[in-house]
Amino acid sequence: MKAIETKADYQKYVDEKTPNSPIWGNLFKAFIVGGAICLMGQFIMDYLTTGVGLDKDTASSVTSITLVFIGIFLTAINVYNRIGKFAGAGSIVPITGFANSIASPAIEFKSEGLVLGVGAKLFQVAGPVLVYGISTSIAVGLIYYLLK
Amino acid sequence: MDIMKYVWCFVIGGAICVVGQILIDKTKLTSARILVLFVTVGVILTGLGLYQPLVDLAGSGATVPLTGFGYSLGKGVMKEVDEVGLLGVFTGGIKATAGGVAAAILFGFLAALIAKPKMKKQ
Repeated sequence: MKAIETKADYQKYVDEKTPNSPIWGNLFKAFIVGGAICLMGQFIMDYLTTGVGLDKDTASSVTSITLVFIGIFLTAINVYNRIGKFAGAGSIVPITGFANSIASPAIEFKSEGLVLGVGAKLFQVAGPVLVYGISTSIAVGLIYYLLK
Repeated sequence: MDIMKYVWCFVIGGAICVVGQILIDKTKLTSARILVLFVTVGVILTGLGLYQPLVDLAGSGATVPLTGFGYSLGKGVMKEVDEVGLLGVFTGGIKATAGGVAAAILFGFLAALIAKPKMKKQ
């Protein structure tokens, strides 16, 4: 085998050595679990609008809060991580995955204290998500205001 | 009851997650980057008016994935601009997503206080 000299060589070497992940299987699992979580959200939403009689925006907020609660609860009892091992992006992309990304590092780093452990690590992933999400929304809002 | 609503919800929601899985498998993006990307794309698509049709079709299939969080931010900011003008640019996004964000902070905080960190298995 020829010597590894450039970054490209190294990348090629790594690609050869890493086992090909069974991508179709991963996609299927992500599809099923992701779809199922969305369906759960839809059932909650339907119950809140037709069962409880909330308006659509309120029901949507309550659905988010409920899913966030479920995601964090399952994280706290160490179940969500197991779902994640099976489902990959199917459990990362839904809002329950966002909730998991908030609780998981905060639980993991609680030994570093209440402020820089729990307090800071809650935002390890949520921080960037909020920074880019909110900044983009401000840009969209500004453009919308100017074009109106 | 319209069964197709649930079919679309499942299919679109699943498909958005599949996009995330393809990114993980093909580009080695970390989950944090995926979440940032999905939120940002959700806001932009909403601003362009392209995400609303997906929400109309798939309901929670489009709002539960993190692109839907972006949708709430984008929709909220435009609604608020309509109602209060320039100030809405700053207040609309957070207002629309306040419930979910506040809940995530509170529940996450409580979970961290109560739950024990899992031991790393050797």
